[in-house]
Amino acid sequence: MSYATVLRCRKCGQEYPIQPRRICDFCLSPLEVCYDYKALKAVVDRSSISAGPTSMWRYLQLLPVEPGNEVDIGTGFTPLLHAERLGRELGLDQLYLKNDCVNPTWSFKDRAVAVAVSKAREFGFNTLGCASTGNLAASVAAHAARAGMEAYVFVPAGVESGKLVGIAIYSPHLVTVDGSYDDVNRLCGQIAMEYNWGFININLRPYYAEGSKTLGYEVAEQLGWRAPDCVVAPAASGLLFTRIWKGLQELAMLELIGPVNTHMFVAQASGSAPIVHAYNAGSLHIHPVTPNTVVTSIAIGNPADGYHALMTARQSGGGAVSASDEEAMAGVRLLARTEGIFAEAAGGVVIASLKKLAASGAVQRDQVVVAFLTGAGPRTQEIVANVVQPTRTPASIEAFRKVVEPTAGELRQPQAAGKRGD
Amino acid sequence: MAKKQVLFTFPRELIREPVIHNLSHTFKVITNIRRADVAEDRGWVMLELEGDMREIEAAMAWAKARGVRVDSVGGDLVEG
Repeated sequence: MSYATVLRCRKCGQEYPIQPRRICDFCLSPLEVCYDYKALKAVVDRSSISAGPTSMWRYLQLLPVEPGNEVDIGTGFTPLLHAERLGRELGLDQLYLKNDCVNPTWSFKDRAVAVAVSKAREFGFNTLGCASTGNLAASVAAHAARAGMEAYVFVPAGVESGKLVGIAIYSPHLVTVDGSYDDVNRLCGQIAMEYNWGFININLRPYYAEGSKTLGYEVAEQLGWRAPDCVVAPAASGLLFTRIWKGLQELAMLELIGPVNTHMFVAQASGSAPIVHAYNAGSLHIHPVTPNTVVTSIAIGNPADGYHALMTARQSGGGAVSASDEEAMAGVRLLARTEGIFAEAAGGVVIASLKKLAASGAVQRDQVVVAFLTGAGPRTQEIVANVVQPTRTPASIEAFRKVVEPTAGELRQPQAAGKRGD
Repeated sequence: MAKKQVLFTFPRELIREPVIHNLSHTFKVITNIRRADVAEDRGWVMLELEGDMREIEAAMAWAKARGVRVDSVGGDLVEG
């Protein structure tokens, strides 16, 4: 059985039954799923979790899905890597990378969508909907295929054709919408009111949010059942950032880890940084902005969970940092060069922000720091296309020697000179 | 009758104008303020608009044309 009890308003505390619903009727704030933690405490322990599947579903009891209803495409339990080479460059001895680039559709969205689609099926929806520029759309389309459900995926007309392939391959109803992002927002809001669909980031949003908690669970388990000292994670709507925190808090509440003293640092692209602006201004309100950045996967100007992300950063003793597009691209290259991971530009924002935090002393050399890489690079590889600067050589060993000798001559084995390869 | 929850953000130059009053007198839309915070340099109001959807859309377009930033209360729907 699921231990989810009610939906509760994050602002005013008003409660609602577990049902498709987006915001509080009273204060118009986001809702979140609450659980019977007392009952959970009696049934969940470290060994029962560790004996579960090597996927996000090892935490099924902590999610709002009835056992047996999981729509599972193999998401989660992604690697937590000790990043020694990157750590040396940044002056951090205990830097870890949570590599969510390796999920089935190459982003963390698979976690959130897995729970939302499972719940959509429980609610009896036959059709799913979402509005996205790439990662979310691909994940919804893939889960719909696995669940045997219809999916309508709305994409702004300007999205690159390369991204559309990664969505269309799963055979959803792919709808490109003429007009601005605002127009797409407006249209999807109207569709959600008119059609009886499970709209992932509208009426399924509270459940969609819960999937991201598993990132917090996994990191704690992979660190040997402890919370990190510092987290650096990207924010678009703020949902991921707040749910990593919620995941850590829940584990502490269930006494699976000790008290959480994690400093939560939120990272945004400078061209779409309403949460960072509010943090720096000491404001309690997130003023929406119009995004202007190439980091499209986190370009949300009006973040639904922005206030709560801001509060998480403040109350945890963390902070908020932004990185320009150039800094983000440099971050992508630095990560690839030092750790062999090709992340999307949001990962570059995280690495660039981490670099600033390490340089300022906000995160310190001996602290256990976890940086979250939430999507893989190939889907948007055109933004770092300038890395392709090959060495050109005629097809003869003499010519090749002349080309490489200035930089790689010492690598040649003397006894190999004159030998032919097999 | 449709309902739409929106966030109006007012720039400094509109702080002293009765924009919501004027909106409800220009369009057949009921305005219901749910939360707000207005300072001397900027202000925001979360409100519910109720009426025919075409009338609500027209009222929102009118507010935008006046210089009000209009956003959805639940945040942007288009995600990465």
